[in-house]
Amino acid sequence: MGLTILLIGTRKGLMIARSTDDRRTWATGDFQFLNQEVYGVAIDTRHDPPRIFAGVGTGHWGPLLTYSDDIGKSWTEPAEPPIGFPQGSDAAVARVWQIQPAPADQPDVVYAGVEPHALFRSDDRGESFALVEGLWRHPHRPSWTPGGGGACLHTVLPHPTDPDDVMVVMSAAGVYRTRDGGASWEPANRGIQAAFLPEDQRFPEFGQCVHKVAFHPDRPERLFAQNHFGVYRSDDRGDSWTAIESGLPSNFGFALVAHPHRADTLYSFPLQADAERFPPEAKLRVYRTENAGDSWEPLSEGLPRDPYYAAVLRDAMVADSADPAGVYFGTRLGEVYASREEGENWSLIASHIPDVLSLRVAEVA
Amino acid sequence: MTSRLLLPAVLRRYADDQAEIEIRSGTLGTALDDLCKRMPQLERRLRDEQGQLRPHILMFVDGVSVRSGTPMDTPLPDGAEVFVAPAVSGGSGD
Repeated sequence: MGLTILLIGTRKGLMIARSTDDRRTWATGDFQFLNQEVYGVAIDTRHDPPRIFAGVGTGHWGPLLTYSDDIGKSWTEPAEPPIGFPQGSDAAVARVWQIQPAPADQPDVVYAGVEPHALFRSDDRGESFALVEGLWRHPHRPSWTPGGGGACLHTVLPHPTDPDDVMVVMSAAGVYRTRDGGASWEPANRGIQAAFLPEDQRFPEFGQCVHKVAFHPDRPERLFAQNHFGVYRSDDRGDSWTAIESGLPSNFGFALVAHPHRADTLYSFPLQADAERFPPEAKLRVYRTENAGDSWEPLSEGLPRDPYYAAVLRDAMVADSADPAGVYFGTRLGEVYASREEGENWSLIASHIPDVLSLRVAEVA
Repeated sequence: MTSRLLLPAVLRRYADDQAEIEIRSGTLGTALDDLCKRMPQLERRLRDEQGQLRPHILMFVDGVSVRSGTPMDTPLPDGAEVFVAPAVSGGSGD
């Protein structure tokens, strides 16, 4: 039986949960990076041994991008800072929000999304990163505003087969796409509303606060977006978007996860509203669509029945690649729930930990 | 011509577990440039990639805070004492 690991990044450290019985039971290890926020985590399985990344906020002492090649026993911090703005750019990395290995046919490429709004690319497996200048110099950038969590580039979506096609998502700038390897970028927000703007300005070219975008690698032209009020689908890789929120109890939320094997299946964790960041009716439920958003069903078997007043953040829900797929989410109440049956039933695998910011899962041995 | 850098406990692991280390005299900026060559992991926790003091760090040279003005231009005479402390700030989300 192989080893599956679940990285649990929290407000105050990183925990690595391990399962050796096909995800039936989990052993949670000691906390690492104590009292330091872990917004971005990644598991790079393209090489042997796999490499774990952590984007750590050390509080007063600045951000840190570090990695481990021994499943968290030791961590490497290069002598040269692996990520930073070029001298004279008048910017400094405040937080590493996202670490995204590229598809397997680009085995040394790793992307990182940071605050302030910027994308970095590594061509040496994350030893060093270079600023993607095309996005940094975008004429729209002076008009991008921070979302509630900061001026973050929080999602990076490399095309599964075209290395020149990369999509990024920023709060509150929206979705941008390059088709030339990062030299130029176009906004891809047509149809997504900016509900916080005056009524006659709610569909701008950019400036939306898109919280997460997900897609299935077998169908990269079909995208799903969780927006700051709005759940959307695009069937033309972001050229246009249509609402798919009918059947959800709310169109607000952060997390959105594509099923690893079925392109029309998607998981969502709705929240009541931006000013009420609780599960609707205080019921802890994941919602699933199996028809690309035409209808949704709640999944709550095994979840607490008592009123639940905690949110799930944008990177705190993931799916593994097993079949049937495992789905995992962590709450701001410091609990992690897992389902090894596609969300049909859930069990608590970690509790009494700080609020969960990020999860990633992979079979590593 | 050296000065002394006094470190809070949380930073000592980046300085071979020492509570204080010698740094070059001159200015605070040149001293930290030199420190970057010897102890880069320590230096990057004090300054960002543009060479600016991180926002929530207090630094005192012979008892005088250097946060205002241009901190890196602060003269470091021979024997100066540079005291580093995390500012009593932040806490959001704790």
